[in-house]
Amino acid sequence: MNKPLLEVEGLKKYFPIRKGLIGKTVGHIKAIDDITFHVNEGETLGIVGESGCGKSTTGRTIMQLLEPTEGVVEFQGKDLTKLSATEIRSVRRDIQMVFQDPYASLNPRHTIGKILEEPLIVHGGGSAKDRRKKVVEFLKIVGLSEYHAKRYPHQFSGGQRQRIGIARALMTNPKLIIADEPVSALDVSIQAQVLNLMQDLQKEFHLTYIFIAHDLGVVRHISDRVAVMYLGKIVEITESEELYANPLHPYTQALLSAVPVPDPNYKKEQIIIEGDMPSPANPPSGCAFHTRCPFKMDVCTKITPVLAEEKTGHSVACHLYTVEGNDDIERKKQLEGSV
Amino acid sequence: MRNEIEQEKLTPQDFERITIDADQAERIEKPSLSFWQDAWLGLRKNKAAIVSMVILLLVILMALIGPLLNGHAGDAQNLRHANLPPKIPGIEATGLFDGDGKLAGKTVNLYEMKKVDEYYWFGTDGLGRDLFTRLWEGTRVSLFIAFVAAAIDMVIGVAYGGISGYFGGRTDDIMQRVVEILIGIPTLIVVILMIMIMDPGIAAIIVAIIITGWIGMSRIVRAQTLKYKSQEFVLASRTLGAKDGKIITKHLLPNMLGIIIINTMFTIPNAIFFEAFLSFIGIGLQPPAASLGTLINDGYKVMENQPYVLLFPAIVISVLMIAFNLIGDGLRDALDPKMKD
Repeated sequence: MNKPLLEVEGLKKYFPIRKGLIGKTVGHIKAIDDITFHVNEGETLGIVGESGCGKSTTGRTIMQLLEPTEGVVEFQGKDLTKLSATEIRSVRRDIQMVFQDPYASLNPRHTIGKILEEPLIVHGGGSAKDRRKKVVEFLKIVGLSEYHAKRYPHQFSGGQRQRIGIARALMTNPKLIIADEPVSALDVSIQAQVLNLMQDLQKEFHLTYIFIAHDLGVVRHISDRVAVMYLGKIVEITESEELYANPLHPYTQALLSAVPVPDPNYKKEQIIIEGDMPSPANPPSGCAFHTRCPFKMDVCTKITPVLAEEKTGHSVACHLYTVEGNDDIERKKQLEGSV
Repeated sequence: MRNEIEQEKLTPQDFERITIDADQAERIEKPSLSFWQDAWLGLRKNKAAIVSMVILLLVILMALIGPLLNGHAGDAQNLRHANLPPKIPGIEATGLFDGDGKLAGKTVNLYEMKKVDEYYWFGTDGLGRDLFTRLWEGTRVSLFIAFVAAAIDMVIGVAYGGISGYFGGRTDDIMQRVVEILIGIPTLIVVILMIMIMDPGIAAIIVAIIITGWIGMSRIVRAQTLKYKSQEFVLASRTLGAKDGKIITKHLLPNMLGIIIINTMFTIPNAIFFEAFLSFIGIGLQPPAASLGTLINDGYKVMENQPYVLLFPAIVISVLMIAFNLIGDGLRDALDPKMKD
């Protein structure tokens, strides 16, 4: 296997909670709490999880839009967290983002041509004529026409705007694109259109995607590997097909059982997890999921499980698979049987 | 019967299948309008705003050329010509503005009595100064004070609010506390103190208006900056590697421009009114300089016997206030996208 394009190791992002006049720090919101993963060149890594679990923060921290509290983000062998502001700017040419809300991600006062030209101006991309030529070229790639460059964002539909957002991300010929819920604001038919466009572009430009979403169906469609996040931690990471066929972590199992199946006669056994996600300002001790886990053991409240490879290429952070010979082994068997 | 006739009109071509052209699916029929073209279309529909704009332009024109029109200097005193009522050539034949005035309870033509050949269109004051010339000189001074004060208010307000909102955190905290202290002091006290320190005059009034006037603008700009800086297009620009200066000038300011203009349009009449108020209570412009406020103050003293001294400046200031407010309203409707259908 080739060397990963992006390696994230022990990444943490804590937001301080300040109170009072002088802004004394009274606690931290642990948006990302010690996550480690890698993305290989040319693949798509999906990141799923419910809202507030740190998916978007992960994306923004990798981009260095938010300064990580701790950890290493190594992109093509360079640690991004140690670069100066000027060096980061040049790296950003290679990492681009596609945003969630197509209505907020385009400046309403600029024409599409101006929006697409901006990356070229920032990174000094040739003469005005060359830039305009490139704008038209990329408009055509995402299925729009030359005359659309003179239009303003409000004249486009959500799907068209999202395609413009993708074109903007492509302008600098990036290697990695972080797509932060790029289709969750669109309706299903348009979602398919945008997802297919993203897949076509991946082949054409040899792109690597980090695809952040909360829709498991969408993630399954586009991802090669999937990471499941819960409360700032990665609880399971594996190949996409493996995850859907054989989920190991109780949280993943519950998530997958909640995916609706388009068959009215299908009777599924839904695993219902109770309660709400705990506050990331005050996460539970031990395993963060133990407050809602149907297979809770004593050890779960005390020791934080680490992400360990259970099978080849399938890592999970759960005591069910690490504690050998405990009296909950029956439960583990039960669990495996139920899938 | 009707159906048969209609059926006859249909030809086989009418039943031909129309193929959908994939290229046309993405077409936009509406013409491309820039923000300002769109705003102008909206403003044009607002009759009150357009009429106000024309009237305002006329008043500004008169303020510039009015004092030169009838050959009387604004500060030329002629006691022989004191307290003359308005007399306008052409209209005098109708009985209006014919120079008739009250003297000791009887209506007499004061121009004939005092053997004055000249016409004083809006009459003269107690020192024999031509009120027409003084009115437009006063309007000029009032407008000048208002425009300069509003422009400086805008610059300070935008800069202060923009910095406070964009950099946020501790900077914002400190800057907002300063604003809160300033806004807690009654404006009039600050103004009176300012005028005690400085010589009364145009500069002192402008400083007095500015010293608290920018706060409203800074708050609006700060709120707008906070709103836009967290929007994804600003984030997108930052992921591209754009610098702070570029983000502020290219992304934040253009989006706020509408609201800044609207707010300035409402600041101008406030400044005119405030200047008139200061002059009226006697801490504004000092004689012989004229502004709308001093003219109204002079007129108010002789309101019973020579109402025309008060009438004309009062009309001009009212027209100015209404015109600016209607234009501001019209601009708000045209520029604020939230008011759009």
